[in-house]
Amino acid sequence: MQYLSVHNARILAVLAVFWLLLSGHFTALLLMLGAVSVLLVIWLIRRMDRVDGEPVRVWPTFGLAGYLLWLLWSVIKANVDLALRVWNPKLPIRPVWDRLDTSVETPVEKTLYANSITLTPGTLTTDVHEDHFMIHAVSQEGLDELREGEMERRVRKLGL
Amino acid sequence: MSLLELTSTACLVVGGALCLTGGVGLLRMPDFFSRVHAAGLTETIAAPLLLIGLMLQMDWSLDLFKVLMILVLILATNPTATHAMAKAALHGGHQPRLGDLSNPSEQDGHAEEDSSSKA
Repeated sequence: MQYLSVHNARILAVLAVFWLLLSGHFTALLLMLGAVSVLLVIWLIRRMDRVDGEPVRVWPTFGLAGYLLWLLWSVIKANVDLALRVWNPKLPIRPVWDRLDTSVETPVEKTLYANSITLTPGTLTTDVHEDHFMIHAVSQEGLDELREGEMERRVRKLGL
Repeated sequence: MSLLELTSTACLVVGGALCLTGGVGLLRMPDFFSRVHAAGLTETIAAPLLLIGLMLQMDWSLDLFKVLMILVLILATNPTATHAMAKAALHGGHQPRLGDLSNPSEQDGHAEEDSSSKA
């Protein structure tokens, strides 16, 4: 009976729609294969929940969408900066590898913050610890910008 | 040329140029960790621009959705893969080269060798 929950019903709906959009065929054989894979995935998800004991649910909200738009904009800015460095004959890079103190607490916040840092070219999270990350950056400015903490404030504001 | 075609062409041309930039960056960067940054340029902006350029030329269909899914997949998996690579390199005892690594051959034609032997 543990399989009949609202949570599972939601996953089932999302996976079924996803399969239909990717396949686009409505023959009996393919629909059956789809049903089997959806059920298999749900069974796997159940098993994984049982192992790590803390299922994480993130809902798409306006706050998250706003954050992703802001992240997109900073990724574009960082890319322009890096592209200019690459084409500059002097190759002006001064790599730094240092700790960045953070106050993000929950696993979801940490994941989002660390991945956002890595997604932005020029900065890269190499390690995640309890109260700090290790950051490799192509220049000191990239790390200083992270230390100013605008990205961290935005992540924390989402309250994940 | 319609506005749609114009935007699409712009995306494809800029995306292609940025792919080239990523490749040049890979060759010019001095060590593994700085190369990872250059590779990130290809994945985070060049590939998405190419895919957006393609999407603008497509009709409304399931294929459009599939290309969009590829775009989301690239952006969602890139940080994980990059982080895994960097962590594996550190775990394997590879230390990043730090400090001023700007191109020494600009000031002195033969300075390149002794800066890399220290690492």
